[in-house]
Amino acid sequence: MTGWRLRGLRTRLLVAFALLSVFTALAVAGIGYVQARNGILQRTQDNAAVEMTTQLKQLYPLPRQPVKTSALQSAADRLDGRKISALVTSGGRSAGDMPASVITPELRAVVRSGRVAWQRVDVGGVTQLLLGSPLLIATGDRLNPTIPSGIEVYELRNLDAEIDAVNRLARDAWLAGGAALVVALILAVLAAGSVLRPVGELQRAARRLGAGDLDARIAVRGSDELASVAETFNATAESLQRHVGELRRMEADARRFVADVSHELRTPLAAMTAVTDMLDAEAKRLPDPAGEAVRLVSQETHNLTRLVNDLIEVTRFDSGTASLEVDDVDVAEAVRATLRVRGFEVETDLPDGIRARIDPRRLDVIVANLVGNALRHGAEPVTVRLRGDQAGITLAVEDSGPGLDEEVLPHVFSRFYKADTARSRSEGSGLGLAIAWENARLHRGELVAGNRPEGGAVFTLWLPREVRR
Amino acid sequence: MPRVLLIEDDRAVRDGLRLALTYQGHTVDAVETGEEGLARLAEDPADVVVLDLMLPGMDGFEVCRRIRAAGDLPIIMLTARNDDIDVVAGLEAGADDYVVKPAQARVLEARIRAVLRRTGGEPRGPDAKPGPERHGDLTIDRDGLVVSKHGTVIGLAPTELRLLLELSSAPGRVLSRQQLLESVWDQGYLGDSRLVDACVQRLRAKIEDDPAKPVYVQTLRGFGYRFGPL
Repeated sequence: MTGWRLRGLRTRLLVAFALLSVFTALAVAGIGYVQARNGILQRTQDNAAVEMTTQLKQLYPLPRQPVKTSALQSAADRLDGRKISALVTSGGRSAGDMPASVITPELRAVVRSGRVAWQRVDVGGVTQLLLGSPLLIATGDRLNPTIPSGIEVYELRNLDAEIDAVNRLARDAWLAGGAALVVALILAVLAAGSVLRPVGELQRAARRLGAGDLDARIAVRGSDELASVAETFNATAESLQRHVGELRRMEADARRFVADVSHELRTPLAAMTAVTDMLDAEAKRLPDPAGEAVRLVSQETHNLTRLVNDLIEVTRFDSGTASLEVDDVDVAEAVRATLRVRGFEVETDLPDGIRARIDPRRLDVIVANLVGNALRHGAEPVTVRLRGDQAGITLAVEDSGPGLDEEVLPHVFSRFYKADTARSRSEGSGLGLAIAWENARLHRGELVAGNRPEGGAVFTLWLPREVRR
Repeated sequence: MPRVLLIEDDRAVRDGLRLALTYQGHTVDAVETGEEGLARLAEDPADVVVLDLMLPGMDGFEVCRRIRAAGDLPIIMLTARNDDIDVVAGLEAGADDYVVKPAQARVLEARIRAVLRRTGGEPRGPDAKPGPERHGDLTIDRDGLVVSKHGTVIGLAPTELRLLLELSSAPGRVLSRQQLLESVWDQGYLGDSRLVDACVQRLRAKIEDDPAKPVYVQTLRGFGYRFGPL
């Protein structure tokens, strides 16, 4: 799902469709309504005027002046009907059901001037048609054919039926507009879906690709712009996959080469290492420089052996074949054993009774590398401190040297990284700290390097009490 | 000094180890293939076999199984690859210990000495009486170094015998793998606890009625092993 974002493509499409449909509905229904309404009302008014004059003609002969109220009343009665109330006035007198108050001054003025007039008025919230007509006396004179009789007739017609019709029209227009809006929105959703589905697929595929699934591809449908985008995406993914595959192959080849070389080196080294003890013993009896040469060969054989062993260990981490053989270990005892076997002389703060389920051989490798490193590169005294809590054990190896430079700190666990370029090669394989770090990580623990406030470097190892698989 | 049969296909390694072990006073018989080694053992038994795992023809695991099937000669594997799978497979095939190549001669020498260590003078439990001890159906004679079950003598390899003597010297007491490595293999904290597990499996196969439900050598998960209680 691409989501209903406020300014998203889907929202924008919907709003555009809605606006379009509302505008169209308003235009069509609105114009139709106004014309129909005007037509209906106009016709009603015209009919009313015609009807009124027809009825008025039946009032002849006109009563004499001054007209009696009863005559006015009988004229009004004649005009009164189901939907009509009338008022007939003459001079100050008037008669009829219609209240005189609804007659507007403008209408009265027009009627006084001798013309028929009408106007829609609002009486008690109901729209009614007010008609007014003077009664004229035909003179037969050409120049002045009529003279006013002084009698004015007003009529109030109920427009309920017509207003109802108009309202119905308006309601129908609204309904049609609403229905059009709904249909437009549905169409918009469908259209947005058809446009956005490929966009969503593209997004999902791009996300999978980004997450490392290089097999991510999109089905290409049709031949529109989106299909072209999909084709481009597929081509890009394919090329990426090819390049990544090539890189991985090259990396795997390089790693396999290192592993193979290390293993190949092991066999001649095994032969050489087997006889170094003998050489060491015999060298004492040999005169220099032959004795010195034998000692050199023996020493360098050990260094080479160590380098190759470390390389093989690293390739095991790289290939993921390094495994944990956990045992219930008294950590202080294990650390003391490592220090004793290696002949390391350090100060210790190792409280007894801290136990953890860890790999004792790997702990030995970590401690030996950290302490060996501290003795070689730091300065004595070197202190090993052990602490334990519920979650894990913490082992800190501190030295009293100058500490580590800020720019060195991020690289201390890198392979073959040498902080001091002048450092002699024979001091270590350059892999010890990297291997210690990998061993900590294999335990789901961590190893960090830092400096003590009082000077000197400190390497802090944390291992969980129990490794969760 | 013990007689060592060295089975190693690489000439340089074979010569190096032969030189070094001979220098330390061993009588070394060095052969190139597993078949040759088995033939040599048939005519002239050695005290200990040092066996390379990667051999042409019959591989080291098969050689190991055949030597084990024929007797209780101690076997030390030479493994070049340090692959955990190799080590585990070798121990399952019946090896008593292993050494990772390249190894200094004195490391191999120490391993040989450990597997050949005389089993006499093992510590006894405080309430142990002289003479054969009876533990259920099992009879352990510490002086004669004979273990029998229902009166039948059980052939145990030296390492298996030492492990049984160590465990049974204090029945009911739990010994950790590290303690056993130190006392039986002379390896202390740098040892591989899988040596103990593999040896326990082999021992159980010989002395237990049902090795899947051990009575004599019991496992305490997270702690180690215990002899009994029966």
